[in-house]
Amino acid sequence: MADLSVSIHKLQLKNPVTTASGTYGYGEEFVEFMDVNRLAAIFVKGITLEHREGNPYPRMAETASGMLNSVGLQNRGVDYFIQHIYPRVRNFDTHIIPNVNGSTIEDYVTVTRKLNEVKGIEAIELNISCPNVKAGGMAFGINRKSAMEATRAVRDVYDKTLIVKLSPNVTDIADMARAVVDAGADAISLVNTFLGMAINAETRRPILGTITGGLSGPAIKPIALRMVWDVFKAVKVPVIGMGGIMNAADAIEFILAGSTAIQVGTANFIDPAASVKILQGVKEYMARQGVSSVKELIGGMIVK
Amino acid sequence: MKKVEDFRVLGHKWLNYSSYIIELEAPEPLSPVQPGNFAEIEISNSPHVFLRRPFSIFDANPLTNTLSFYVKVIGEGTRVLGKARKGDKVNIIYPLGNAFSIPEKKNILVVAGGSGIAPFILYGKAMQKQGKQVTFLLGARKAEDIVLTEMFRPYGEVLITTEDGLLGEKGMVTQHSIFIGKDSPFEHIVTCGPEPMMKAVAGIARKKKVSCEVSLENTMACGFGACLCCIVETVDGNKCVCTEGPVFNINQLTWQT
Ligand SMILES: Cc1cc2nc3c(=O)[nH]c(=O)nc-3n(C[C@H](O)[C@H](O)[C@H](O)COP(=O)(O)OP(=O)(O)OC[C@H]3O[C@@H](n4cnc5c(N)ncnc54)[C@H](O)[C@@H]3O)c2cc1C
Ligand SMILES: Cc1cc2nc3c(=O)[nH]c(=O)nc-3n(C[C@H](O)[C@H](O)[C@H](O)COP(=O)(O)O)c2cc1C
Ligand code: FES
Repeated sequence: MADLSVSIHKLQLKNPVTTASGTYGYGEEFVEFMDVNRLAAIFVKGITLEHREGNPYPRMAETASGMLNSVGLQNRGVDYFIQHIYPRVRNFDTHIIPNVNGSTIEDYVTVTRKLNEVKGIEAIELNISCPNVKAGGMAFGINRKSAMEATRAVRDVYDKTLIVKLSPNVTDIADMARAVVDAGADAISLVNTFLGMAINAETRRPILGTITGGLSGPAIKPIALRMVWDVFKAVKVPVIGMGGIMNAADAIEFILAGSTAIQVGTANFIDPAASVKILQGVKEYMARQGVSSVKELIGGMIVK
Repeated sequence: MKKVEDFRVLGHKWLNYSSYIIELEAPEPLSPVQPGNFAEIEISNSPHVFLRRPFSIFDANPLTNTLSFYVKVIGEGTRVLGKARKGDKVNIIYPLGNAFSIPEKKNILVVAGGSGIAPFILYGKAMQKQGKQVTFLLGARKAEDIVLTEMFRPYGEVLITTEDGLLGEKGMVTQHSIFIGKDSPFEHIVTCGPEPMMKAVAGIARKKKVSCEVSLENTMACGFGACLCCIVETVDGNKCVCTEGPVFNINQLTWQT
């Protein structure tokens, strides 16, 4: 049997396949479609300190090979998550990894402190890259100084594995990665969505309620792959790659570019069992290629 | 129980220049389907269609394990689904969403515009079984867009409005003569169609103090509660149209009518 296990700092994953925040609910939405216990981890929907209603409808525009969303972190707040949602999903045989958001550094810190106390949660993903909120979010992730401040402040109150999720809406992704690692990140995940927009020519109106939104899906894959490669070369910590992964070949490409684990996002909407099919395909690839441990593939792109 | 299955196309029946019924056969016994439920259909024969497309379940036959959908062509997805060939595989997630309620009252008015007629064959059948009296009011801009009246007749009287005045009463559904007068012969209204029409119908229901349910068609990415793209504002905050709807009582919505 091939060895699929990987580690992200202290976090042990039984395989490299996880699902991306905001595209997989809390996992419960998928139990009728697949065995969620086969996933290494579920990155759950973005969590904020307070309940958030999110942005006005319409929140979605289909694009060529992708989609724009402007959900805006709709969630019921960290206390509700800890008291009501986590107890329902903690018994899945997979890591539940909260995606932490804030409008201010204090918000990030307060949410993190609360999650640090929860037994069973072994990692958080710090989202400094949400393009769909007015205050905070991506604003932290596109500025080197504030990205470091947010990371450092959270690092100071968090003992377990701290993953920082980067925004692709920057000029130099490698520089951002180095900055957050210097500030204490144990791992990096990327990419979040690319800022984009869509207009209905007939009505001359924007399609999204917020005018602009975040682009995801195969449309962004080549750029995401390049960014993962840039970051892999720049830092020593593990990288979790995502951006348009639809099938096992896409997942393998992200691993070869330097991802220790991958997240399946938008693909879950089209095929709710996409993630387990990808896992199966990764196993088949390894068998076909005679690879005994997935670790051999990480950053294993053959140059020349 | 929600399922993801490869159905087989049995055929299309074109109703006019822009709408058809597509019938598909399930690979195994059908899951039970309620009036109001919808399905997410994968459009695999076009590179220009990325996401699934949601459609109300028009009819379901547990004896032949078939589902059918009433589809109005408005873009690429609905166009190419109309070109699927007999025997083609079409991947479908179903049944999704909630269902219309069974009202306590007996006299029900269905108001449907455009592709909004889709949920009401199953509804008519179910209400007939419950011993209710249903009237269908179907509206369209042009007479040629009024289709399927014969299919509704076994389940109740069919009234029609067209804006071109070539069929039924001239005008919009909300201008139909059944709404004239202070008292309503109807004790419950259900509606599906363009949002301005549903809002106007909801307004009439409020004025006449009649209970009313609407079936919303918000744009969706997933259809099963994972993306939070399809929300509608309600008195209890935003709700997912795909899991907590598509059917809502108008008292739940914050519509200003
Ligand atoms: C729960 C639900 C049930 C539905 N039931 C039916 C049904 O039974 N029969 C039927 O014919 N249609 C139904 N619809 C609408 C149907 O899903 C759309 O017509 C279809 O997705 C259009 O796909 P397309 O690729 O042909 O058009 P696209 O190319 O995607 O769109 C063409 C144009 O229409 C607009 N548009 C597309 N979908 C919507 C929408 N939902 N609301 C507002 N504008 C939209 C687009 O912005 C674009 O301008 C339903 C929708 C929902 C959410
Ligand atoms: C509808 C939707 C909601 C999202 N919500 C979040 C979120 O709450 N937090 C977050 O960090 N990323 C969020 N994302 C971004 C995804 O996690 C992922 O980074 C992005 O979609 C790229 O991957 P993909 O192309 O495979 O979808 C969301 C994406 C989508 C499509
Ligand atoms: S369409 Fe995804 S949650 Fe409703």
